[in-house]
This record gives sequence, C-alpha cells and structure tokens, in this order.
Amino acid sequence: MEELLREYLPILMFLGVAIGLAGVIVLASLIVARQNPDAEKLSPYECGFEPFGDARKQFDVRFYLVAILFIIFDLEVAFLFPWAVSLGDIGVFGFWSMVVFLGVLTVGFVYEWKKGALEWE
Amino acid sequence: MTSLGAADLVPVIPELFLATAGMALLMLGVFRGDGSTRFVSTLSVLSLAIAFLLLGLLPEGRTEAFAGMFVTDAFAVFVKSLVLLGSALTIVMSSAYIRSERMERFEFPVLVLFATLGMMMMVSANDLMSLYLGLELQSLALYVLAAFKRESTRATEAGLKYFVLGALSSGMLLYGCSLIYGFAGTTSFPLIAGLFAGGVEVSIGLIVGIVFLTAGLAFKVSAVPFHMWTPDVYEGAPTAVTAFFAVAPKIAALGLFVRAMIAPFGELADEWRQIIVLLSVASIALGAVAAIGQSNIKRLMAYSSIGHVGYALIGLAAGTQQGVRGVLIYLAIYLAMNVGAFAVILSMRVKNGMVERIEDLGGLAQSRPMMAAAMAIFMFSLAGIPPLAGFFAKFYVLAAAIDAGLYALAVIGVIGSVVGAYYYLRIIKIMYIDPQAEPLEKPMHRELGVVLTVSALFTLLFFAYPAPLLAGAEAAAASLLSP
Amino acid sequence: MILQALAFYLFAGITVASAFMVIAARNPVHSVLFLILAFFNSAGLFVLQGAEFLAMILIIVYVGAVAVLFLFVVMMLDINFTELREGFLQYMPVGALIGIILLIELALVLIGWQLSPEALAQGQAPPPEGMTNTHALGGVLYTRYIYLFQGAGLVLLVAMIGAIVLTLRAREGVRRQSAAAQFARRREDAVAIKKVEPRQGV
Repeated sequence: MEELLREYLPILMFLGVAIGLAGVIVLASLIVARQNPDAEKLSPYECGFEPFGDARKQFDVRFYLVAILFIIFDLEVAFLFPWAVSLGDIGVFGFWSMVVFLGVLTVGFVYEWKKGALEWE
Repeated sequence: MTSLGAADLVPVIPELFLATAGMALLMLGVFRGDGSTRFVSTLSVLSLAIAFLLLGLLPEGRTEAFAGMFVTDAFAVFVKSLVLLGSALTIVMSSAYIRSERMERFEFPVLVLFATLGMMMMVSANDLMSLYLGLELQSLALYVLAAFKRESTRATEAGLKYFVLGALSSGMLLYGCSLIYGFAGTTSFPLIAGLFAGGVEVSIGLIVGIVFLTAGLAFKVSAVPFHMWTPDVYEGAPTAVTAFFAVAPKIAALGLFVRAMIAPFGELADEWRQIIVLLSVASIALGAVAAIGQSNIKRLMAYSSIGHVGYALIGLAAGTQQGVRGVLIYLAIYLAMNVGAFAVILSMRVKNGMVERIEDLGGLAQSRPMMAAAMAIFMFSLAGIPPLAGFFAKFYVLAAAIDAGLYALAVIGVIGSVVGAYYYLRIIKIMYIDPQAEPLEKPMHRELGVVLTVSALFTLLFFAYPAPLLAGAEAAAASLLSP
Repeated sequence: MILQALAFYLFAGITVASAFMVIAARNPVHSVLFLILAFFNSAGLFVLQGAEFLAMILIIVYVGAVAVLFLFVVMMLDINFTELREGFLQYMPVGALIGIILLIELALVLIGWQLSPEALAQGQAPPPEGMTNTHALGGVLYTRYIYLFQGAGLVLLVAMIGAIVLTLRAREGVRRQSAAAQFARRREDAVAIKKVEPRQGV
C-alpha cells in the first residue's frame, strides 16, 4: 500500500506544481497588468458584428447518438484492460468468456451498422 | 472457478436460450427490415414458449450456479413461468395494436424478450450483485418501451418520467446494497442469512441498508409512497406497453421483493415487517380511494394495480410459508385478471382510433354482449367478489395474515376491498346501464378474442379446480422458506 | 503518512465543494465542468485506497465519455435555466426536509458503526502481494463472476438498441452515392439510340 502511494507521489507533486503555476499566472496578470475595463472592452467580440443571439444553440440529436454509442464501446474497452493483464492466469476459460462478451456487443454493432446509425447523412 | 461445467450451465438453460433467441431475432429483424415485425413477433412468442418448456424440464430441487450468483428452485420456476406467460400474452395481444398505431418496428418484441430475460435474472438472483444486474437489464428495456412511440409527446414524457424516477430508485437500492455489503461483509444471500442464524445483534447500519433496499424495491413494484410514477406512466405509455407493465414486470418485481426479504433477511422478519405493513396499508388505501375519481381507464388500472400490490404485500408481511404461498397465488390470478382486462382495453377502438375514457365503454352490453360479460367478470374478480378467482387471491393472503397475528392488517385489507369495489362496479354500471357511447369497431382481433376468452374462463372457473395452482404455489413457497 | 492524510482531505474537500457547485452553479455548462472536477478528485480518493484500476476507469469512462455526453445534453436542451430555477425556492422546504432525513440516517449509520467479527471474516481479502489490483480484478471478473460479466454485456446491448430506437430517424430526401448501383448501371438502361429522320424531330 505504502509503496503504491509512493509511486503516485510524483503525480501529486506535479498536480501541486500545476495548480500553483496556474494560480500564479492568474494572480500575476491581475497584479502586473493594467486594468482599465469599460463596457465596450468587456462585450464579446464577434468579427465586427454586434453579437446576435445566445452562444448556446440547440444541437442535433445525432450528436447525442454518436456520444452514447461511443460510451458503450468505451465501457467495452474498459473491460478489456484487466482481461489483457490477467490473461495468463485465467486461461482458455477467461479467453472464451471475453470472446462471448465481445460477440454480444458485435451483435449490437452489426445492428447499428445495418440500421444506418453510423452514417451521418 | 476455472472452467464452466454442466453444473453451472444446466440451471440457466432457459435464460441462455432466451438471450440467444433475442440476439438472433435482432439480427433477423435488422436484415429483413421493419416489414418482418409480424414474423419476429411470432418467433419471439415461440421463443418464450420454448423457454417455458425448458423451465419445466429443469431438474427439481435447489441448484446454485456461477459461484452462488444464480439460484434456481421451485419458487424461481413458478414466478418465471408466470413472467414468461405474461410476456408472451403481451406480445400476442399487442400485435394488432402496434400495427394500427404505426409503431410496428421489430425492436418491440426484441425489447420485450430482453426485458423478460432481465426479469428471469431478477427472480433467480442469489446475490445483491445479480439482483441489481437483472433489475437494470429489465428496467433499461422498459424505459425504452415506455417511450417507444416517440412521435407521441405523452409517451416520451412517460418514458422520461419513468427513467428519471427509476434511476433514482436504483440509486437508493444501490446505496442500500452498499450499506448491507459494508456491514455484512458479503453480498451473497445465503452468507448474509448465515450471519443472523445465531440471533446476533444487528447493527443499525445494516437496518438502514435494508430500509434503502426496501425503498428501491417498493418503487419497482409501485407500492405507496413510491407509486407516483405509476399513473402517469400507465396513462402516457402506448396501451400495449401499459398492458406489459401491468403484468410481467410487476410479477417479477414482487417475486424479487419476496426473495430479497426472505432469503437473506428471513431471520430479521421482525425488523422489516413493519415497513412492509406500512407499504401494504398505504397501497391498499390509496388504490381504493384514488381510483374513484379517475376517468381514464389506463389510469384507473394503474391505481388498481397499486392496490393489488398492497394485497400481495400482505402475504410478504406475514413472512410465513403460508404468506409466500398466498403471494404466489395472488400473482398468478392477478396475471389472468389483468391480461383479460387489458385485452378489453386494447380493443377499445372507434372509427377515429383508440379511446381510453371509461365513458367510452357506455352501453357495451348492448353492442358487444360477450365482451361486456368478460369485462364484468374481470371487474367483479378484481373487486374480490366470490366465487371468482380474485376472491381466492385475497382470501389466501388475508388468511396468512390472520395466522401470523396481523389482525389489523387483515381488517384494513377487507375494508380496502369493500371501498375499492365501488369503482370496479362503476365500470360494470357504465357498461350495462349507461347510454350507448360511440360503438366500438368490430370485429375484435382474433388474438385478443382468444386471450380474452381464456382468461375469462380461468377467472370464472378457478374455484372449480384450484388444486394444481395451490400445489405449485405451496411447493414454491416451501422451496424458498426451507431450502 | 501525514502526506497521505493531507492528500485525502484535499481530495475529499474539493470533491464535496465541487459537488455542491454542480447544483449551485448558475450556468449548466459550469455545472458539468464542476462535475468533471468532482470525478477527478474521486479518482484521487480511489488511488489513496489503492484502487488504481477504478481510478483510471473513472477518468477514462466518466470524464472522457459521460461528461462529454452531459455537455451534449446540456447544449441540446437549450433551456432557459434561469426561468427553470424560479421554482427552486418553492421546492426548497421539501428538498431540505429530505436532505435532513438523509443526514440523520447517515449520522445513525456512523454512530452505530460496528462490524461484527463474522462480517470482517467474510470480507474479501486484499490482492496478494506483488500483484496490481488490475491483475487481481482480471483474475476473478471473467471467470468467477462470468455471469455478471455476460449480464453486463447484455445491458450494454440493450442500451445500444435503446439509443437507436429512441433517437435514430431516417431522414427524408437525403441523396446518397451508391457505388454498387452505379456500377450495375448498363449502357442499355441509360442510353437509347433513336434514328431521327431529317426534319421530323424526335
């Protein structure tokens, strides 16, 4: 346990440095730079136009479909990591166990391909 | 466990078959297009029938598989048979509906198959983890089914509502599971039960865990005060889906509820009994009173199902073998009555489409005497009037409650039944006395007619030959309480 | 050891604070960003517990995928959230009541915190020395827990079907290139040779 955490110590230090540096930079720009805001300076700049409408717009639901299909396959990949690490110990049974799992998801993949969910237009 | 032997695979043959069939039908449907929906529906009914047969062929007695994750016993076989029957009847009944409502897509029967698979996994759960997994598989398929008619705002709203509240209840259930795991040190039902065998003092953390687990399960069976979603979802979802919701998932969730209370926490019955009694009383009361003012028949059926869940929970509150037997008999009869009633609701079609107000049944006795008679049988039976099946359902759970010393609960059950009879009888009055509404379209679809006749005959003639059902429920209850 | 405790309080504090900000932030996009911060800090807590694999999965799956999905949903809804917030005060008493009840329950659990010796004996052993926990997890996930593993596969399959059933719609009037149809087209289908007599037209 102790050893494991010692391995992560550099990451913790890195994290500290990153947070510290980010803080320093923000603070420095606050202190060093001259601040003289007015309404025109603070308004968003849109290529010479007056800003029209909100920046947020309704997205097409297709983005959502792509994202959710991505999550599903992302999870599938998450299952592959421990399998790959311990394949030597779990032997043939473990191997086929994963093959069946992938088979089930391949059925889903064929389904979405044939349905046309992977096509944009 | 380094290999998978026959000992592991034999008990799950029905589930294995159903999973394979579901995937095969998905592929068949996607390669042949939506035109194949009828074919896929027929094949899924066939798959459910084969799974039913395979269930009957399983070796008798209690078997555990997959390192104790999965258990099959007479209880599981009994509840799974009801679930399979309910799902198959739903697909049969819905085929005409989904065609006329333009939701004829082959995913419908496939999703019903996967939901059924989830229910079977729930009923056979022998571990908190397999309990949760089965529940999620079932719920996920049901969320999609509720919103299946996606052009309809009401259906989408029903699906969304069901999803958000269902996710919340799953969260509560998981929180309960994690507390139980934390304090008991295991998720396996038999091992948890082993902890309490010596009559040790139970830590409060574990009790809180059981409370959360109960709350999550109460949501799934829609017992008061976790019922809020039921009327809206029943009303908004397409009627064929409502018919499904009212039958198979309710039965599976109640089966799971009974197992999750009795198998690991049987020794703690005194601790959880008060929760179940509370759920039961509240459900009976709300089911009886809130249904009175309803004008939509699907909403009415929602409140009716809340009330019936209350009665089924009486048997669980008793916690005895007799009580569990009562619950199982209740579920079987509930299946027949609800399938029949929904066969009538699914044929409430006038020239301009489906209708679902209660007044639309007006004068049904003149225009469709047979259908009105069948509906009257279901309503009398749901109200619990002897000698129809619904009376026996209530009788067995109330008798179990009295034997267990829960007199007050039994009295409340009887009062609730009297109050609830009012709105069931109102429907009969509308059909037989009220003026004719716009006549329903003829003829009734053949499949609906068959389902209606069979369930009406069962409800009517149950008293003549109840022995097989009673014996089956008795054996199932015994397998759960004294394995 | 002190460093470990310090790191714990740092991660736990930021997790709680950012979880609060998720519900308190005015802009829903900021809520999602705070959620990501909460995920990162929970991953840190997992590492402190020695559960490296879960920590990394939390970052890959939740930060990498789920949070992105949330962002899409927040963008997609395009709801005026300030209007939505107006009902907030109305539900405040009920919400606060439920929160207090939950808090009391948690306190009860903490006060009654005692593990029976049987429970401790049943708890699973930590991974053997010299084995990473990814390795230990892999050793049981695909064999001992194969039932749950395959069940998870089915849940993912149903999720896939559900996402497509609910959101995919065939678009009308989309022109596609079909190479097969182009190759299958023959000269006879497309060109007809007509003999045109002079001064008569076609």
